[in-house]
Amino acid sequence: MASVKDIKRKVSAVHKTKQITRAMNMVAASKFKASQLKMENFRPYASKFMDVLNSLALRVESITHPLLAVREPKKIRVICMTSDRGLCGGFNTNLIKATERFLREKSNEGKEVAMVSVGRKGRDYFRRKADIVDQRVDVLNKFDMTLAVAISNDVITPFIGEVYDELYLIYNQFVSVAVQRPTVVRLFPLPSIGQNVGIDAEKNIDYVYEPSDEVLLQRLLPMYVHVLIYRALLETSAGENGARMAAMDNATSNCEDLIRTLTLKMNKARQAAITAELMDIVGGTEALSKG
Amino acid sequence: MSDELMLEIVTPEKMAFAGNVEEVTIPGTEGEFGVLRGHEALLSSIEIGELNFTKDGKKTYYAVNTGYGEVTSSKVTILIETAERADSIDKDRARKAKESAEARLAQLAKEDTEYKEVHLALLRSIARISVAEK
Repeated sequence: MASVKDIKRKVSAVHKTKQITRAMNMVAASKFKASQLKMENFRPYASKFMDVLNSLALRVESITHPLLAVREPKKIRVICMTSDRGLCGGFNTNLIKATERFLREKSNEGKEVAMVSVGRKGRDYFRRKADIVDQRVDVLNKFDMTLAVAISNDVITPFIGEVYDELYLIYNQFVSVAVQRPTVVRLFPLPSIGQNVGIDAEKNIDYVYEPSDEVLLQRLLPMYVHVLIYRALLETSAGENGARMAAMDNATSNCEDLIRTLTLKMNKARQAAITAELMDIVGGTEALSKG
Repeated sequence: MSDELMLEIVTPEKMAFAGNVEEVTIPGTEGEFGVLRGHEALLSSIEIGELNFTKDGKKTYYAVNTGYGEVTSSKVTILIETAERADSIDKDRARKAKESAEARLAQLAKEDTEYKEVHLALLRSIARISVAEK
Protein backbone atom coordinates (compact mmCIF):
# COMPACT_ATOMS: atom_id res chain seq x y z
CA MET A 1 0.00 0.00 0.00
CA ALA A 2 1.19 3.47 -0.86
CA SER A 3 2.50 5.46 2.04
CA VAL A 4 0.82 8.62 3.28
CA LYS A 5 3.70 10.68 1.92
CA ASP A 6 3.33 9.24 -1.60
CA ILE A 7 -0.36 9.97 -1.74
CA LYS A 8 0.17 13.44 -0.40
CA ARG A 9 2.61 14.15 -3.19
CA LYS A 10 0.14 12.89 -5.74
CA VAL A 11 -2.65 15.09 -4.36
CA SER A 12 -0.53 18.19 -4.65
CA ALA A 13 0.42 17.24 -8.22
CA VAL A 14 -3.22 16.84 -9.24
CA HIS A 15 -3.99 20.11 -7.52
CA LYS A 16 -1.41 21.88 -9.66
CA THR A 17 -2.87 20.32 -12.81
CA LYS A 18 -6.25 21.58 -11.76
CA GLN A 19 -4.92 25.09 -11.39
CA ILE A 20 -3.56 24.94 -14.92
CA THR A 21 -6.73 23.56 -16.48
CA ARG A 22 -8.81 26.13 -14.70
CA ALA A 23 -6.59 28.93 -15.94
CA MET A 24 -6.83 27.55 -19.46
CA ASN A 25 -10.58 27.42 -19.14
CA MET A 26 -10.68 31.07 -18.21
CA VAL A 27 -8.32 32.09 -21.00
CA ALA A 28 -10.41 30.14 -23.51
CA ALA A 29 -13.55 31.80 -22.17
CA SER A 30 -12.18 35.29 -22.72
CA LYS A 31 -10.89 34.37 -26.17
CA PHE A 32 -14.23 32.87 -26.98
CA LYS A 33 -15.91 36.11 -26.06
CA ALA A 34 -13.56 38.01 -28.34
CA SER A 35 -14.21 35.73 -31.29
CA GLN A 36 -17.92 35.86 -30.69
CA LEU A 37 -17.75 39.64 -30.80
CA LYS A 38 -15.84 39.37 -34.05
CA MET A 39 -18.58 37.19 -35.48
CA GLU A 40 -21.20 39.66 -34.38
CA ASN A 41 -19.33 42.54 -35.99
CA PHE A 42 -19.04 40.63 -39.23
CA ARG A 43 -22.76 39.96 -39.50
CA PRO A 44 -23.87 43.37 -40.85
CA TYR A 45 -21.14 43.25 -43.49
CA ALA A 46 -22.04 39.73 -44.58
CA SER A 47 -25.78 40.32 -44.75
CA LYS A 48 -25.41 43.61 -46.64
CA PHE A 49 -23.02 41.94 -49.00
CA MET A 50 -25.38 39.07 -49.71
CA ASP A 51 -28.26 41.49 -50.31
CA VAL A 52 -26.38 43.34 -52.99
CA LEU A 53 -24.91 40.21 -54.53
CA ASN A 54 -28.30 38.56 -54.81
CA SER A 55 -30.07 41.57 -56.25
CA LEU A 56 -27.27 41.99 -58.73
CA ALA A 57 -27.27 38.33 -59.72
CA LEU A 58 -30.99 38.58 -60.42
CA ARG A 59 -30.52 41.48 -62.77
CA VAL A 60 -27.68 40.02 -64.73
CA GLU A 61 -29.19 37.29 -66.84
CA SER A 62 -26.30 35.11 -67.70
CA ILE A 63 -23.29 35.35 -65.52
CA THR A 64 -20.08 34.14 -67.00
CA HIS A 65 -17.17 34.20 -64.70
CA PRO A 66 -14.18 31.88 -64.42
CA LEU A 67 -15.18 31.13 -60.82
CA LEU A 68 -18.52 29.74 -61.99
CA ALA A 69 -17.00 27.51 -64.67
CA VAL A 70 -18.17 23.92 -64.32
CA ARG A 71 -15.61 21.40 -65.52
CA GLU A 72 -15.54 17.69 -65.16
CA PRO A 73 -14.05 17.24 -61.72
CA LYS A 74 -10.85 15.27 -62.21
CA LYS A 75 -8.62 17.20 -59.90
CA ILE A 76 -9.99 18.29 -56.59
CA ARG A 77 -8.66 20.60 -53.96
CA VAL A 78 -9.70 20.64 -50.33
CA ILE A 79 -9.23 23.36 -47.75
CA CYS A 80 -8.96 21.72 -44.36
CA MET A 81 -9.42 24.27 -41.61
CA THR A 82 -8.28 23.20 -38.15
CA SER A 83 -6.99 25.05 -35.14
CA ASP A 84 -3.32 25.71 -34.48
CA ARG A 85 -3.32 24.43 -30.93
CA GLY A 86 -4.55 21.31 -29.26
CA LEU A 87 -6.16 20.64 -25.88
CA CYS A 88 -9.61 21.40 -27.19
CA GLY A 89 -11.31 18.03 -26.94
CA GLY A 90 -12.42 16.37 -30.14
CA PHE A 91 -12.47 19.59 -32.12
CA ASN A 92 -9.60 18.76 -34.48
CA THR A 93 -9.92 14.98 -34.30
CA ASN A 94 -13.49 15.06 -35.55
CA LEU A 95 -12.63 17.40 -38.36
CA ILE A 96 -9.60 15.38 -39.42
CA LYS A 97 -11.72 12.24 -39.43
CA ALA A 98 -14.33 13.91 -41.61
CA THR A 99 -11.61 15.16 -43.94
CA GLU A 100 -10.04 11.73 -44.20
CA ARG A 101 -13.38 10.16 -45.01
CA PHE A 102 -13.97 12.77 -47.70
CA LEU A 103 -10.52 12.29 -49.18
CA ARG A 104 -10.95 8.51 -49.29
CA GLU A 105 -14.34 8.86 -50.96
CA LYS A 106 -12.98 11.14 -53.64
CA SER A 107 -9.87 9.13 -54.36
CA ASN A 108 -11.99 5.97 -54.56
CA GLU A 109 -13.87 7.71 -57.33
CA GLY A 110 -10.56 8.00 -59.08
CA LYS A 111 -10.03 11.69 -58.54
CA GLU A 112 -6.81 13.45 -57.81
CA VAL A 113 -6.97 15.25 -54.51
CA ALA A 114 -4.70 17.98 -53.22
CA MET A 115 -4.98 19.89 -49.98
CA VAL A 116 -4.70 23.44 -48.75
CA SER A 117 -4.22 23.28 -45.06
CA VAL A 118 -5.15 26.09 -42.69
CA GLY A 119 -4.15 25.59 -39.08
CA ARG A 120 -1.24 23.68 -37.61
CA LYS A 121 -3.10 20.59 -36.41
CA GLY A 122 -4.43 19.59 -39.81
CA ARG A 123 -1.10 20.29 -41.46
CA ASP A 124 0.74 18.12 -38.94
CA TYR A 125 -1.67 15.25 -39.41
CA PHE A 126 -1.81 15.29 -43.19
CA ARG A 127 1.82 16.17 -43.77
CA ARG A 128 2.67 12.65 -44.90
CA LYS A 129 -0.81 11.46 -45.81
CA ALA A 130 -1.95 13.99 -48.34
CA ASP A 131 -0.56 16.23 -50.99
CA ILE A 132 -0.45 19.64 -49.33
CA VAL A 133 -0.03 22.38 -51.91
CA ASP A 134 -0.51 25.42 -49.68
CA GLN A 135 -0.45 25.86 -45.98
CA ARG A 136 -1.13 28.55 -43.44
CA VAL A 137 -0.14 27.72 -39.90
CA ASP A 138 -0.06 29.75 -36.69
CA VAL A 139 -2.46 32.27 -38.12
CA LEU A 140 -5.64 31.76 -36.14
CA ASN A 141 -4.58 33.39 -32.91
CA LYS A 142 -4.98 36.81 -34.44
CA PHE A 143 -6.34 37.29 -37.91
CA ASP A 144 -8.39 39.68 -39.99
CA MET A 145 -9.81 39.93 -43.47
CA THR A 146 -6.33 39.98 -45.03
CA LEU A 147 -5.89 36.33 -44.07
CA ALA A 148 -9.12 35.41 -45.84
CA VAL A 149 -7.99 37.40 -48.86
CA ALA A 150 -4.62 35.65 -48.89
CA ILE A 151 -6.20 32.19 -48.68
CA SER A 152 -8.68 33.12 -51.40
CA ASN A 153 -5.90 34.27 -53.70
CA ASP A 154 -4.08 30.99 -53.10
CA VAL A 155 -7.06 29.06 -54.41
CA ILE A 156 -8.56 31.43 -57.00
CA THR A 157 -5.53 31.74 -59.27
CA PRO A 158 -5.00 27.99 -59.88
CA PHE A 159 -8.73 27.44 -60.31
CA ILE A 160 -8.92 30.07 -63.03
CA GLY A 161 -5.75 28.62 -64.53
CA GLU A 162 -7.58 25.26 -64.65
CA VAL A 163 -4.96 23.61 -62.47
CA TYR A 164 -7.81 21.94 -60.62
CA ASP A 165 -11.56 21.63 -61.17
CA GLU A 166 -13.34 21.67 -57.85
CA LEU A 167 -12.67 23.16 -54.44
CA TYR A 168 -14.16 22.03 -51.17
CA LEU A 169 -13.90 23.65 -47.79
CA ILE A 170 -14.02 21.46 -44.70
CA TYR A 171 -14.39 23.30 -41.43
CA ASN A 172 -16.09 23.07 -38.08
CA GLN A 173 -19.42 24.79 -38.25
CA PHE A 174 -20.10 26.63 -35.02
CA VAL A 175 -23.43 25.47 -33.62
CA SER A 176 -22.97 26.38 -29.98
CA VAL A 177 -20.24 26.49 -27.35
CA ALA A 178 -20.52 22.75 -26.85
CA VAL A 179 -21.33 21.68 -30.41
CA GLN A 180 -19.16 22.12 -33.49
CA ARG A 181 -20.12 20.19 -36.56
CA PRO A 182 -17.59 19.23 -39.25
CA THR A 183 -19.04 20.51 -42.51
CA VAL A 184 -18.08 20.10 -46.14
CA VAL A 185 -19.05 22.86 -48.57
CA ARG A 186 -18.21 23.24 -52.20
CA LEU A 187 -16.61 26.59 -52.98
CA PHE A 188 -15.64 26.27 -56.65
CA PRO A 189 -17.34 26.29 -59.00
CA LEU A 190 -19.37 28.73 -56.94
CA PRO A 191 -22.89 27.49 -56.39
CA SER A 192 -25.32 29.63 -58.31
CA ILE A 193 -26.26 32.74 -56.46
CA GLY A 194 -29.42 34.75 -56.46
CA GLN A 195 -31.79 31.84 -56.67
CA ASN A 196 -34.24 30.80 -53.99
CA VAL A 197 -34.36 34.30 -52.69
CA GLY A 198 -37.71 35.91 -52.23
CA ILE A 199 -37.10 39.45 -53.33
CA ASP A 200 -38.71 42.37 -51.77
CA ALA A 201 -40.14 44.49 -54.55
CA GLU A 202 -39.51 47.62 -52.53
CA LYS A 203 -35.95 46.68 -51.83
CA ASN A 204 -35.25 46.14 -55.47
CA ILE A 205 -34.32 49.68 -56.31
CA ASP A 206 -33.29 50.47 -59.83
CA TYR A 207 -29.71 51.46 -59.36
CA VAL A 208 -27.36 53.15 -61.70
CA TYR A 209 -24.46 50.76 -61.92
CA GLU A 210 -20.96 52.00 -62.11
CA PRO A 211 -19.27 50.29 -63.91
CA SER A 212 -21.91 48.14 -65.63
CA ASP A 213 -23.80 45.55 -63.62
CA GLU A 214 -21.92 42.65 -65.22
CA VAL A 215 -18.51 44.08 -64.47
CA LEU A 216 -19.60 44.91 -60.96
CA LEU A 217 -20.82 41.38 -60.38
CA GLN A 218 -17.56 39.97 -61.61
CA ARG A 219 -15.71 42.13 -59.16
CA LEU A 220 -17.99 41.07 -56.36
CA LEU A 221 -17.50 37.34 -56.87
CA PRO A 222 -13.94 37.18 -55.53
CA MET A 223 -15.14 39.28 -52.59
CA TYR A 224 -17.84 36.71 -52.07
CA VAL A 225 -15.13 34.06 -51.72
CA HIS A 226 -13.40 36.26 -49.15
CA VAL A 227 -16.64 36.52 -47.20
CA LEU A 228 -17.18 32.75 -47.23
CA ILE A 229 -13.65 31.99 -46.11
CA TYR A 230 -13.60 34.71 -43.49
CA ARG A 231 -16.81 33.37 -42.03
CA ALA A 232 -15.34 29.86 -41.85
CA LEU A 233 -12.27 31.27 -40.11
CA LEU A 234 -14.42 33.05 -37.58
CA GLU A 235 -16.44 29.93 -36.88
CA THR A 236 -13.28 27.87 -36.52
CA SER A 237 -11.82 30.32 -34.04
CA ALA A 238 -15.01 30.55 -32.00
CA GLY A 239 -15.48 26.79 -32.12
CA GLU A 240 -11.91 26.09 -31.06
CA ASN A 241 -12.18 28.28 -28.00
CA GLY A 242 -15.63 26.95 -27.17
CA ALA A 243 -14.36 23.39 -27.42
CA ARG A 244 -11.35 24.22 -25.28
CA MET A 245 -13.57 25.83 -22.67
CA ALA A 246 -15.67 22.67 -22.45
CA ALA A 247 -12.65 20.36 -22.44
CA MET A 248 -10.89 22.31 -19.71
CA ASP A 249 -14.04 22.51 -17.64
CA ASN A 250 -14.22 18.72 -17.80
CA ALA A 251 -10.57 18.36 -16.92
CA THR A 252 -10.99 20.63 -13.89
CA SER A 253 -13.90 18.65 -12.52
CA ASN A 254 -12.01 15.39 -13.16
CA CYS A 255 -9.15 16.79 -11.12
CA GLU A 256 -11.54 17.57 -8.31
CA ASP A 257 -12.85 14.00 -8.34
CA LEU A 258 -9.33 12.65 -8.30
CA ILE A 259 -8.35 14.86 -5.38
CA ARG A 260 -11.40 13.71 -3.46
CA THR A 261 -10.66 9.99 -3.87
CA LEU A 262 -6.97 10.48 -3.21
CA THR A 263 -7.64 12.43 -0.03
CA LEU A 264 -9.92 9.66 1.18
CA LYS A 265 -7.24 7.11 0.45
CA MET A 266 -4.68 9.23 2.23
CA ASN A 267 -6.80 9.55 5.37
CA LYS A 268 -7.37 5.81 5.40
CA ALA A 269 -3.66 5.16 5.07
CA ARG A 270 -2.94 7.60 7.88
CA GLN A 271 -5.48 5.95 10.13
CA ALA A 272 -4.07 2.53 9.36
CA ALA A 273 -0.61 3.77 10.20
CA ILE A 274 -1.77 5.20 13.55
CA THR A 275 -3.63 2.02 14.42
CA ALA A 276 -0.61 -0.09 13.60
CA GLU A 277 1.55 2.12 15.78
CA LEU A 278 -0.92 1.93 18.71
CA MET A 279 -1.01 -1.83 18.42
CA ASP A 280 2.74 -1.84 18.62
CA ILE A 281 2.78 0.28 21.78
CA VAL A 282 0.01 -1.72 23.48
CA GLY A 283 1.73 -4.95 22.56
CA GLY A 284 5.01 -3.60 23.93
CA THR A 285 3.60 -2.47 27.31
CA GLU A 286 1.74 -5.72 27.76
CA ALA A 287 4.90 -7.66 27.12
CA LEU A 288 6.74 -5.48 29.68
CA SER A 289 4.07 -5.80 32.44
CA LYS A 290 4.01 -9.54 32.06
CA GLY A 291 7.73 -9.76 32.30
CA MET B 1 -32.18 68.35 -40.80
CA SER B 2 -33.51 67.67 -44.22
CA ASP B 3 -30.25 68.03 -46.13
CA GLU B 4 -28.46 65.42 -44.09
CA LEU B 5 -27.29 62.15 -45.43
CA MET B 6 -27.05 58.94 -43.46
CA LEU B 7 -23.66 57.33 -43.90
CA GLU B 8 -22.58 53.85 -42.88
CA ILE B 9 -19.07 52.53 -43.39
CA VAL B 10 -19.08 48.79 -42.78
CA THR B 11 -15.98 46.59 -42.70
CA PRO B 12 -15.76 42.90 -41.77
CA GLU B 13 -14.25 43.84 -38.41
CA LYS B 14 -16.55 46.59 -37.32
CA MET B 15 -18.92 49.35 -38.17
CA ALA B 16 -16.25 51.95 -38.88
CA PHE B 17 -18.70 54.84 -38.97
CA ALA B 18 -22.42 55.41 -38.75
CA GLY B 19 -24.05 58.80 -38.60
CA ASN B 20 -25.43 61.77 -40.43
CA VAL B 21 -23.11 63.74 -42.65
CA GLU B 22 -23.45 66.57 -45.16
CA GLU B 23 -21.37 65.20 -47.99
CA VAL B 24 -19.38 62.09 -48.91
CA THR B 25 -16.62 61.77 -51.48
CA ILE B 26 -16.06 58.23 -52.71
CA PRO B 27 -13.14 56.87 -54.78
CA GLY B 28 -15.22 54.96 -57.35
CA THR B 29 -13.87 52.76 -60.10
CA GLU B 30 -14.93 55.28 -62.74
CA GLY B 31 -13.46 58.17 -60.80
CA GLU B 32 -14.03 59.99 -57.57
CA PHE B 33 -17.54 61.21 -56.97
CA GLY B 34 -19.32 63.26 -54.35
CA VAL B 35 -22.69 62.40 -52.88
CA LEU B 36 -25.19 64.82 -51.40
CA ARG B 37 -28.67 64.11 -50.15
CA GLY B 38 -31.06 63.34 -52.98
CA HIS B 39 -28.48 61.57 -55.08
CA GLU B 40 -29.67 59.13 -57.68
CA ALA B 41 -29.69 55.47 -56.58
CA LEU B 42 -26.28 54.15 -57.44
CA LEU B 43 -24.17 51.10 -56.92
CA SER B 44 -20.49 51.54 -57.55
CA SER B 45 -17.38 49.58 -56.85
CA ILE B 46 -14.71 51.33 -54.87
CA GLU B 47 -10.99 51.38 -55.54
CA ILE B 48 -8.08 51.71 -53.18
CA GLY B 49 -7.93 55.37 -52.32
CA GLU B 50 -9.21 58.00 -49.96
CA LEU B 51 -12.75 58.49 -48.87
CA ASN B 52 -13.88 61.54 -46.98
CA PHE B 53 -17.03 62.98 -45.56
CA THR B 54 -18.04 66.34 -44.18
CA LYS B 55 -19.80 66.46 -40.87
CA ASP B 56 -20.54 69.76 -39.16
CA GLY B 57 -18.33 71.49 -41.70
CA LYS B 58 -15.36 69.30 -40.78
CA LYS B 59 -13.80 66.79 -43.11
CA THR B 60 -12.78 63.32 -41.98
CA TYR B 61 -10.53 61.18 -44.14
CA TYR B 62 -10.30 57.42 -44.46
CA ALA B 63 -7.89 55.24 -46.43
CA VAL B 64 -9.97 52.48 -47.96
CA ASN B 65 -9.40 49.18 -49.68
CA THR B 66 -11.56 47.74 -52.46
CA GLY B 67 -15.25 47.28 -51.93
CA TYR B 68 -18.41 48.93 -53.11
CA GLY B 69 -20.85 51.62 -52.15
CA GLU B 70 -24.61 51.69 -52.31
CA VAL B 71 -26.22 55.09 -52.62
CA THR B 72 -29.87 55.94 -52.23
CA SER B 73 -31.38 59.38 -51.92
CA SER B 74 -31.00 59.54 -48.15
CA LYS B 75 -28.48 56.90 -47.30
CA VAL B 76 -25.00 55.79 -48.30
CA THR B 77 -23.70 52.36 -47.35
CA ILE B 78 -20.05 51.65 -47.94
CA LEU B 79 -18.84 48.06 -47.75
CA ILE B 80 -15.10 47.77 -47.80
CA GLU B 81 -12.54 45.26 -46.68
CA THR B 82 -10.53 47.79 -44.70
CA ALA B 83 -11.03 51.40 -43.64
CA GLU B 84 -8.45 53.33 -41.67
CA ARG B 85 -9.13 56.74 -40.25
CA ALA B 86 -6.47 59.36 -40.82
CA ASP B 87 -5.49 59.59 -37.15
CA SER B 88 -5.07 55.83 -36.77
CA ILE B 89 -2.51 55.54 -39.54
CA ASP B 90 1.13 55.03 -38.69
CA LYS B 91 2.79 57.35 -41.20
CA ASP B 92 6.28 55.90 -40.82
CA ARG B 93 5.04 52.39 -41.34
CA ALA B 94 3.10 53.40 -44.42
CA ARG B 95 6.15 55.14 -45.82
CA LYS B 96 8.29 52.08 -45.19
CA ALA B 97 5.67 49.88 -46.85
CA LYS B 98 5.68 52.19 -49.84
CA GLU B 99 9.47 52.07 -50.14
CA SER B 100 9.65 48.30 -49.88
CA ALA B 101 6.83 47.90 -52.39
CA GLU B 102 8.58 50.24 -54.82
CA ALA B 103 11.86 48.36 -54.42
CA ARG B 104 10.15 45.03 -54.97
CA LEU B 105 8.24 46.33 -57.95
CA ALA B 106 11.44 47.47 -59.64
CA GLN B 107 12.67 43.88 -59.67
CA LEU B 108 9.48 42.39 -61.07
CA ALA B 109 8.31 42.15 -64.62
CA LYS B 110 4.73 43.09 -65.40
CA GLU B 111 3.92 39.48 -66.25
CA ASP B 112 4.87 38.12 -62.83
CA THR B 113 2.00 36.94 -60.72
CA GLU B 114 3.45 38.80 -57.80
CA TYR B 115 3.44 42.05 -59.70
CA LYS B 116 -0.26 42.69 -59.26
CA GLU B 117 -0.14 42.00 -55.56
CA VAL B 118 2.84 44.26 -54.91
CA HIS B 119 1.33 46.94 -57.09
CA LEU B 120 -1.84 46.87 -54.99
CA ALA B 121 0.25 47.07 -51.84
CA LEU B 122 1.95 50.13 -53.27
CA LEU B 123 -1.39 51.78 -54.07
CA ARG B 124 -2.59 51.07 -50.55
CA SER B 125 0.46 52.62 -48.95
CA ILE B 126 0.19 55.69 -51.18
CA ALA B 127 -3.45 56.14 -50.16
CA ARG B 128 -2.48 55.74 -46.53
CA ILE B 129 0.25 58.34 -46.72
CA SER B 130 -1.91 60.88 -48.50
CA VAL B 131 -4.71 60.40 -45.99
CA ALA B 132 -2.36 60.63 -43.02
CA GLU B 133 -1.05 63.95 -44.30
CA LYS B 134 -4.47 65.57 -44.46
